[in-house]
Order: sequence, then structure tokens, then C-alpha cells
Amino acid sequence: MCLTHHFWGFFIPGLANGFLYALIALGYTLVYGVLQLINFAHSEVFMSGGFGGLFVVNWLIGDKHPSGLSSVWYVVIGIVAGAVIGAIVAFILERVAYRPLRRRHAPKLAFLISAIGMSYFLLSLAGKEFGRDSRTIKAPFTTTPTKPLFTFYGAPITVYDAVIAIAAIAMLIMLDRIVNATRLGQGIRAVAQDADTASLMGVDINRVIAQTFIVGGLLGGAAGFLFGLGTAGVSYTMGFTPGLKAFTAAVLGGIGNIRGAMLGGLLLGVIENLSLPCFGANWVDVVSFYILVLVLLVRPTGILGERLGRSA
Amino acid sequence: MSAVAEPLAAQTPIADPIVTVDHITLRFGGVTSLSDVTLQQARGEILAVIGPNGAGKTSLFNSITGVYTPQEGSILFYPAGAPSTSVLGRKVHRVNKLGIARTFQNIRLFSALTAFENVKIGIESRQHTGPVGAMLRLPYMRREEREGDRRATELLDFVGLRARANELAASLPYGAQRRLEIARALGTQPQLLLLDEPAAGTNPVEKQELEALIRHINAEMGISILLIEHDMRLVMSVATRVVVLNFGKVIAEGRPTDVQRNPAVVEAYLGKPPDAPAEGGES
Amino acid sequence: MTTTATPEKSRVTQARAFVADDRVRKLGGCLLAALVVALMTGPSGSLTSPTHGFRASLLSGRVVVFLVLGVALWGAIVGRDAIAPEVARASAVLRRFNVLRDSRSRYPAYAALLALAIVVPHLLSNFWQEVVVDQIGVYVLLAVGLNVVVGFAGLLDLGYIAFYAIGAYSSAYWTGSLPIKPPHHFNPFVSIIFAVLAAMVAGVILGAPTLRLRGDYLAIVTLGFGEIITIYANNLTSVTGGAQGPPKPVPHFSIDLFGIHYKWRLENLPYYYLLLVFVVVILVMFRCLENSRVGRAWTAIREDEVAAEASGVNTYKYKLMAFAIGASTSGFAGVLFASKIQAITPLSFLLQQSILVLVLVIFGGMGSLPGAVLGAAVIQWLPNGLRTYIKKEDLFLYLGALLVVMMIYRPQGVFPSRRRSRELAMAEAGMTTADAMSAPTAGEIQ
Repeated sequence: MCLTHHFWGFFIPGLANGFLYALIALGYTLVYGVLQLINFAHSEVFMSGGFGGLFVVNWLIGDKHPSGLSSVWYVVIGIVAGAVIGAIVAFILERVAYRPLRRRHAPKLAFLISAIGMSYFLLSLAGKEFGRDSRTIKAPFTTTPTKPLFTFYGAPITVYDAVIAIAAIAMLIMLDRIVNATRLGQGIRAVAQDADTASLMGVDINRVIAQTFIVGGLLGGAAGFLFGLGTAGVSYTMGFTPGLKAFTAAVLGGIGNIRGAMLGGLLLGVIENLSLPCFGANWVDVVSFYILVLVLLVRPTGILGERLGRSA
Repeated sequence: MSAVAEPLAAQTPIADPIVTVDHITLRFGGVTSLSDVTLQQARGEILAVIGPNGAGKTSLFNSITGVYTPQEGSILFYPAGAPSTSVLGRKVHRVNKLGIARTFQNIRLFSALTAFENVKIGIESRQHTGPVGAMLRLPYMRREEREGDRRATELLDFVGLRARANELAASLPYGAQRRLEIARALGTQPQLLLLDEPAAGTNPVEKQELEALIRHINAEMGISILLIEHDMRLVMSVATRVVVLNFGKVIAEGRPTDVQRNPAVVEAYLGKPPDAPAEGGES
Repeated sequence: MTTTATPEKSRVTQARAFVADDRVRKLGGCLLAALVVALMTGPSGSLTSPTHGFRASLLSGRVVVFLVLGVALWGAIVGRDAIAPEVARASAVLRRFNVLRDSRSRYPAYAALLALAIVVPHLLSNFWQEVVVDQIGVYVLLAVGLNVVVGFAGLLDLGYIAFYAIGAYSSAYWTGSLPIKPPHHFNPFVSIIFAVLAAMVAGVILGAPTLRLRGDYLAIVTLGFGEIITIYANNLTSVTGGAQGPPKPVPHFSIDLFGIHYKWRLENLPYYYLLLVFVVVILVMFRCLENSRVGRAWTAIREDEVAAEASGVNTYKYKLMAFAIGASTSGFAGVLFASKIQAITPLSFLLQQSILVLVLVIFGGMGSLPGAVLGAAVIQWLPNGLRTYIKKEDLFLYLGALLVVMMIYRPQGVFPSRRRSRELAMAEAGMTTADAMSAPTAGEIQ
């Protein structure tokens, strides 16, 4: 069978991708929870986080070759920069494209169309201003990112994989705490469950929605930087495919369900990568799209079930 | 001495029913909306379903029209000259095709269409023109179109909306909207018409017109009517029989005057009288 | 003893009130929009100088022009708001009645347009003739087809271009241009039948399981389907010719019957007139469809799906019908495209193309046939007409912005159908929900 050799060799990178998908998927799931809207432009939030992290880190590193503690420092800066830029773009997105529609009681179709418009606008703007080739982020580590830190049953685990795993897990834990133990999280859950009642109870809907976008943007933007650290680098079209796959992950786990987005992301990353030796690189994307179509047709509520409002 | 209606398990089967609801139970997750509900309606009868809010009346309608499928029990419909068929599990438009039409508690008209167009939609559900006939304007399509126009005008006339045929449904006065919804339902050629609180929100004049319309539909068109209403005066004057629901159960059934006096019914609406003996308490 | 607010406090409250004032916000919005347009139309940045575009667009003299235009726009908006109540009062009275007689008065306009459409192409340069056929003509057909799906039935299909691809590749197959050979070679005209059938079947196959999904999920599933088709077209080199496309060119149309021998060649005009005939026929047929039982059923479904079902309308069947008709039209356009261009590659069938057709329909007016035609014509003309001012790569920058702006300020489109304007006006006033996507599914009425 195509998977008997090097199983872990494909599983580990798949897991790393899965973490990235999970981070992006959370953005989709959070927004869907409060607005019942597929934020099509979230893929561009991801992309802008990549660019943000890229510019900041490249500028700071300059000609240096960092190692040891300063590597960690640069990675953290990159993640923060990506997250912040992602949050800003997400905030602008909500203000410019969605809030006016909400004010006008626009039909749901209008939101989706506007989302598509913003997605293409941001994508084209990035291409226009930053050029249409991909750019690499200067390595914040001295070791080549592809040389393994250690091996697991013969499969290499690189610095890159470790960075992604650590960063993602930290962010997921933080998110879980925010959603379950803060007033912001309470607000998000309340609005997701019943916006009208929440506003009657004194919750500022507009503010909660803006904050939801910001949280999603922080995660997506950070994911953009982490994605760009890898060999692919950062480019103006980098958002589309990962975005669509992350949305697939969100639906797979159960849209609106935070733990579902995490599970879905990891699952999709692993499945996708495990199909690489079986089908070849040309067909890998098709696997994700088939999963998307099948999940929506057969079990649209996802693995953990749709949750619009109940805690995670 | 209480004038209790017949124990419900022993309801005598009606000779010529149009619809029978047999021990249906409808649950949503943890909530039981209808519990072991049984009722029968005779052909040509006007049967009223009353009960406090939340009693399950609209759920009953939704079960009969195929929106919900009860987990237990059966609902049989007896179209004239055809064998009885079960309604359960059928899609809503198929139930309509069998001969059951309804109006909605919150009025669901096609707001941006005219009164005339609203009624035509009801009528056209019985026609057969398909895309090919429509695109090529074949003769039978034009025939059906003329027939539909004629019938729509007829129905609008019947409910008294002929003069407002070209007005948008959303801009009609409330009472007119209710009548339009009825006209649209009539367009689907039903044998059983379910009216969900047709008099809600109407003024006394409109109520009287509605009363006359309901009797007219029943007498002239021979359509059996199942009516949810809170307006007791309307119920008393049009209904042949009344069924009372409370908490998803049938608590009384019989002639309007009998039901009105039934202590269980009074209690359901008003609660226990202050001087009634408490359960196991002082006398 | 009375206390009066200290002067500093009142300045803060004054400042707050100033910023919160509606007109000041509008001015801010207009100026911001002006800056964005300045950025969009300015020079680009690049890999090595990412801030060049920003600096050259915003920190230079040309910004002033845009800011002035922004202020002018604000002035127009404030002025219009001032007289708005009077205008609204007048139009509300007119809106109560459906002025059916209007449809008669449109015929002279259509006749005039048709006359123009017949005469004008002769007067155009070769460049423009090619634009009219390849970009406008074919896309008018696509827009009209998508209009049935999105506009009439209210279903968002983001994979619409997949049917276009299926039509094109089918035609290539049956005329023997693909690596795999058909049992019999057919004339390109005849291949139209097979291509339309293939596209229709694909539409039914895609639609049957997916049309019961709610609107946003339907959009994503169709998008996924479109992507899957593109990947297959790219990868199955032995069937489709892969990334390069069919090895042999798809033959041009030709007639060899009844003593008539005519072969279309690369010249634009003959293709144009063929396209014109097809487009006019389809427009007439779709107009008849719109005003028939089928069209009314679609409108009912769009307005209130629950009420439509209760009134005996088989919503699923009508949605599938719309989907199939849209897919067939797309397939048909695919054949016309393939036989003119002769070389088709998967690059002609990307998601971008689906979005472009969507923009055409939305700009023109969802649910409006003349809107779809005019919208397609205008939007497809713009990048060519303004090619000296606007770079081709920036096309989607403008299209994206256009979609957002349209949805906020003119969702009914530029040439709307009267009905759609009414629906949206009512939705805005909170009276109804205006589309099938937000209607509750059948199980949600209490």
C-alpha cells in the first residue's frame, strides 16, 4: 500500500499543516458562529499576516544570521506582527464590507458576495503593491529549516515543524481560555446563540462582532507568518487554497464549534498529506475538495456537530 | 356536576372523515410538542382547535401539512373519490397536492408580488406547463395561462379583493392580506383548508367579513375547514365542533357550547378557581 | 447653586459630538474612499520596493485631485439626503402599483438596441470586433445563463464556469480534437447538442444532492466542484490534453447542407452574427420563461420558500430546473468559445472566470435579463476601453471593489428588474428577507 513506507514521514508534516489549518479554521468558525456568514475574505487576512510578518522580520533581521535565543525572539516578533496585521485587516474587513450590510438588513447572499469582492480586492491590492512573485522570509534560525531537530520512528521533525506546533498549541490554549473564561468569550458565545436576546441583555453586538473578527484575524495572521516561514514563502495568492482547505476543516469538525475547528484542521492536514504518496502532488488538492463536497452533502454538521452558541 | 365531554379514548369513529389524526406524538429533542393526540374531522365540517398559547396547535397543523413528522402515530387523509392516504413523511408540496392547504399564523405572502400574482402561484401549482412549454409559448401553455388568469380573478372576487388585484401584497391592509392568503390557498384546490388564526390582529369589521368568508367557503365550495382561533365569538359562530389542546394533549372535544362549559377547559385558560379544593389539601 | 460645565469638558463633548455627527462621518468616509481610489489607480509597487506604490499614489500631488473629488462626492450625498424625504414620498406612491403597461413601452427600445447591435460592429476596428465577440458576446451568454440561476432562482453558483469547460471540452471531443477519440466525428454545430446535454447532465448531477443545502453551503460546494473540474482538466493529460489543452485545434463552425457551404474562419464578424442570433433567441426564450408559471414559481421560492412549498410549489424541482438551464447555457457558450478560439486550456476556466460572470450579473441586476446583457457589455468593455489608463492585471482590484460597493449601495444592480428593486427596498425597511438564503428551512416555523 502506498502508505506503508514512511508513514510518519508524511504524518508529521501533515500534522504541522494541520495546525496551520486549525488556526485559520478558527477564524472561519468564530465568524460563522456570530454572524452565520462564511467570511470568504479570511484567506486574505491569512495572506496579509504573512506579508506583515515578512516585512517586519526581514527588516529586523537585515543581514544578520540569528541563532539560539535571538531566533526565538525573531519568530515571536514575526508571529506577533503577522497576528496584528491580520487583526487589523480583519477589523477593516468587518467595518467596510459587513457592517454596512448589517445596517441595511441585506440578504445573506449579499454578505457572501461582498466577502468574495473583498477577497479579490485585497488579493489584487497585495499583488499590485508587493509584486506578483513569492517572497521568502529570511530564516530566523541558523540551521536550515529543513534539517531535522530529531527523528520520530525515522521521520524527521524539523525546526519548522516544532515552531509551528509550539506556537499553534500556545495560541489554541489561549483561545480556549478567552472563549471560556473571559467576558469577551461570554459575549461571543451569547451573540452566537441569540443576537437579539444578547443585545437586550446589554451586550454591545457591534463590539462583540468586531472583537470576534479581531480574534480570528490574530490567529489567521499568525498562521500566515508561520506558513510563510516554510519553503513556499509569501505571495499574494497564498491565501486562496489554504483558506478553502481551512474552511473545509472548519466544516469537517463542525462549523461554529471551536474544538471542532481544531480537530478538523489537524485531521484534514494529516489526511491530505497522507494522500500525497498515494495520489501524487497533482491530486492532493482534489482530496481536500472532495472532502469538502462530501462533508457538506453527507454530514453538514461535521464530526463534532454544529454549535452555534454553546461553549466551544 | 361537571359536563365533561366523552372520554377521548372512546370517541366514536366518524362515518365520513376527511382527516383522522391517530395518537400522534411529536418531539423536538427534549420537548414534547404533541402527546398522544387523536382527533377526527368529518367531511364538510368546520372543526376548531383551541387552547392556550404553546398548546401545540400550530405543531398540529405542521404535522398535518407535512412540515413535521410525528415520531409516533398516523395521520390519514381521505380525499373524495380516492383511497385514504397517509400524510406522514410526505413533502409539504405533495401534501398540498393531495388536497390540504393552509394559511400561516404570521401571514406569509409573497410581499413584492401583486395580489393577483400571489393567487396565481397557488393556482399554477395545479397546472403542468414546464420550461419547454414556457420558453416556446406552446398552445397548451397559453391556454393554461388564460385559465389561470380567469381563475385568479374569480378567487380574488370571491374574497373581495378584485379591486386590489394589482396592488403589492405588502401594501395591502392587514385584513386584506389575510383574505389574500386564503385566496392563494384556495387556488390550490384543497378539500381541507387549515386556517391558522385567521382573525388574529383584525378589527371587528374584518372579523365579520372573515366569518362570512369561512362559512361561504365551507358551504359554497364544500371545503372542510380546520381552524385555529383564539377569538371565541368567531369559534362559537362558525365551528361545528371544537377540540381543545393544552400542553400538547387533547383535553376536551365536542360541540362548542359543551366545550365552553367544560371545567377542564376553563381551568386550562384561567387556572384553578380560588375556592377549588387543592390536591390533598384542606377542603 | 448651579454648576456649569467647565470649558475643557464641553470641548471634549463637542469634539465627540462632532465626530459622531452623520455628515462628518460621511465626509470621512468619502475622503477615505478617495484615498483608496487614488491607491488603486496609482502606480504599482514591486518585489524590491513594496512601498513604492503607496508613496507614489498617496504622497504625491495626484492625491489632491482625488481628495477634491471626495469632497465633491460628499457634497452630492449631503445634498441628495436633504431632498430625500420628498423623493421617497413621491416614489412610495408610485411603488404601490405594479405598472404592468411598462413592458409594452420597452419594445421600441429593444428594437433600437437590436438595430445598433446589427450595424455598429461593421464600424469597429478589428481589435474592437474581437473584443465584442470573444469578451462581450460569449460573456453576455454566460451572464444570461447565470442570471437564471442566481437572479431568477436565487442560488449562488460559484462553479458556473465548470459547465462552460464541460461544454468546450465536449465539443472538442466530438469533433475529434482531444487525445481520446469519439466513435464518430461530428460537425461543430452538431457537437452543440452533445455539449449542452453533457453540461445539463453535469448540472443535474451537481444540483441533485446539493440543492437542498442552505445558500451559503451551496455556494461553497459549487466552488469546490469547479475546482475539482479544473484539476481534472489539468491532470488528465491523456484525456483532455492537460495544461496545454487539446492537441488538435477545435474546428471552426461550418455548414455543409442543402447546397450551402460556409465555413466560419477566424474573422470576427461572421462569428459575431452567429452569436447575435443565438443570444437573441435565448433572450426571447428566457423572457417567456420569466413571465410564465416557471418564472413565477422561482420568484415565490426566492421570496418565501416555506410559503411556496405550502402553496404546492415543488421547490426542489424548480431549483434543479434553474440549475440545469443555467448549466446548459454555460455549456452552449463553451462550444461557441471553443470553436472560435480553437485552443482551450484549463486556464480559461478558473474560479476567477466564475466570479467575473457573477460580477456581470450583479452589476447589471440580478434577475433582470436586460441587466445581464448590459452589465456584461459594460463591464467587459471597461478594461478594453480604459486600457491606456488601467493595467490589465489590476482588473480584479476594480471588480472586487465593485462587488463590495454594489452590495452596499446598489444591490439591485444598475439595470434592475422592477420586482427585484421592490424586494430589496422592502428588505431594507425590514419588511421581508428578500432572498431564499435567509428563509428558514421548512422545519423552523413554530
